[in-house]
Amino acid sequence: MSSRERVLGRVRRALADVPADGAPVLRDYLREHGRRGADETVELLAGNLADYRAIVHRCTDAQLPEVLMRLLAAHGSQSVVVPPELPPHWLKAVDATRVHDRAASTPQDLDRVDSVVTGCAVAVAETGTIVLDGSPDQGRRRITLVPDHHVCVVRVPDQVVSSVPQALERLDPVRPLTWISGPSATSDIELDRVEGVHGPRTLEVVLVEG
Amino acid sequence: MSGTHLGMPSFPEAARDAVHDPTLRGNLRHATHTIRDKRARAVAELDDWARLREAGKRIKDHTLRYLDRYLVRVEEAVTAAGGTVHWAADAEEANRIVADLVKATGESEVVKVKSMATQETGLNEALEAEGIRAYETDLAELIVQLGGDRPSHILVPAIHRNRGEIRDIFRSEMGEWGRPAPEGLTDTPAELAEAARLHLREKFLRARVGISGANFMVAETGTLVVVESEGNGRMCLTLPETLISVVGIEKIVPTWRDLEVFLQTLPRSSTAERMNPYTSMWTGTTDGDGPRTFHLVLLDNGRTDTLADEVGRQALRCIRCSACLNVCPVYERAGGHAYGSVYPGPIGAILSPQLRGTGSEIDASLPYASSLCGACYEVCPVAIDIPEVLVHLRERVVQGGPAVRQGNRVVLKPARGHAAERAAMRAARWAFTHPGALRAGQRLTSRTRRLHPRTLPGPGRAWSGSRDLPEVPAEPFRDWWQRTRDGKDGAK
Repeated sequence: MSSRERVLGRVRRALADVPADGAPVLRDYLREHGRRGADETVELLAGNLADYRAIVHRCTDAQLPEVLMRLLAAHGSQSVVVPPELPPHWLKAVDATRVHDRAASTPQDLDRVDSVVTGCAVAVAETGTIVLDGSPDQGRRRITLVPDHHVCVVRVPDQVVSSVPQALERLDPVRPLTWISGPSATSDIELDRVEGVHGPRTLEVVLVEG
Repeated sequence: MSGTHLGMPSFPEAARDAVHDPTLRGNLRHATHTIRDKRARAVAELDDWARLREAGKRIKDHTLRYLDRYLVRVEEAVTAAGGTVHWAADAEEANRIVADLVKATGESEVVKVKSMATQETGLNEALEAEGIRAYETDLAELIVQLGGDRPSHILVPAIHRNRGEIRDIFRSEMGEWGRPAPEGLTDTPAELAEAARLHLREKFLRARVGISGANFMVAETGTLVVVESEGNGRMCLTLPETLISVVGIEKIVPTWRDLEVFLQTLPRSSTAERMNPYTSMWTGTTDGDGPRTFHLVLLDNGRTDTLADEVGRQALRCIRCSACLNVCPVYERAGGHAYGSVYPGPIGAILSPQLRGTGSEIDASLPYASSLCGACYEVCPVAIDIPEVLVHLRERVVQGGPAVRQGNRVVLKPARGHAAERAAMRAARWAFTHPGALRAGQRLTSRTRRLHPRTLPGPGRAWSGSRDLPEVPAEPFRDWWQRTRDGKDGAK
């Protein structure tokens, strides 16, 4: 007998005299917490991002190239990874060397790059979370992991939802997903939160209107 | 479970040293109280917490009721998405599967994300025996591994260490495993985290094989979810070419939508955050992004035995948040090591004796490692009635009876060492069913009360060694009732 049959057989025997469970799960919990207009939801996102030590900036679409130029310069970045289909105008004012992620790029190559700029799939206001789904404006997972400085652009209000249930509705489980709430952190020393371990130690989120 | 902690003394014996170690008591008290208050605030932010908790409980109960169906569905979905599914009936089989998969890659080292399942199977030791070195990459696991230590908490395995001890371990041990600790390392948590970053970075960047567990597996989509903070999880899940995930069969949720409950309750219950810094979700393999080969090892190792127990199966709802450890007065004083298992605290006290059986001294003593105060049940985000299961397991230890071990129905013998308890209970049953004898006995006890010793003799000595004997009243209650109410008001 294979282990598969053995385990499944044990499960079936364990459940043999358990009554059927036909009732659907009652989902009477809230779809979102509190009532807010679109602007207030963006405010909440900004507040919760900042609460977990992400650095939040706000600008219009027209101002975005200059803001990104300023952020990379202020960080002293000489090089920046660019996802395959980042809107070209975003980086038009940036001086840093653009590094394109290639299939052959090794983690060591990425480790030598200072920053990465991406879009996102959705942002969750109640938890201060941005979610990446590997779309062409975000690139594969490793490019937002190895460089020490991640700048993520969120289009507001369209990309912002209030809650975790609303975010899951918008996401496609087939895509590799990364939910990011602040820079990497640990609570492993005396259960006290410290920011900055293996992921990017600086997370900047630019909320772009229009 | 593995033999890692076999031969452990019973809980009271193992706890004795911890209770007398002021550093350990201080470390535990500081850490558990910090997180306790933060958790309460994080939970209070959601005014539908009770409904989320109930939904989480119901989803898990439903999953367990149809576990065979959902396991097959996970297998189908993961396979369709490009993964390979393996089944392991016990720890040894899981370890052998993983070791063979690693050897097939030709690699002799692996990076690991913190995983309770692989701790439970003793995977690192099994790999070591096959000449494969496993590097733990979670900060607390690193502290435990470098210190040659054992984990003492589900979420923060090094909770028993304070910052000064961690600095000393880093200074003396990091060089043995790779990049040494920076010169002049202090004990500030930020510097310690930086030292771990530098030490592990070279290992992440060159790793070819990653090993993980998972917090959830979604049956309908085949998606696995890992919830973490540091980014070591992302490193292990995305950079290596081969990923092997060892996951307990109870980690399933039926639908994608079900995650909306647990992604709200788990972070707030465990690290007291609205959301943990990083959550990774992957479905099989993705062309050009992440590992090219993905193996899922479904682990039983006592879970189906637990499932067969009507009262005890609720322990399989556990999502490993560790809130019950942080509020437990016994855990706070005894520490995690005394529980003799990778699952310490209240959840460990009901999980270990079910996964491993109550045959060993430590497992037979774990159901007693509780004051039954119920704080664990109050904070549990899936409403596991831990006190109920503890009492149920105490009964099983004392009386024996039917149970399932390794898939077979067995009848357990009563444990040794509880003869006096059983005799006392038999005597009580006889007395309560013979009212005349009970009355005579009560009167005799009252009249002789000045002659009673302050401690019990013989086998009762240990019991009264840490407890006061109840004071016997001058007049039994029933006599008092008869005298003052004159036998009226239903005193029949």
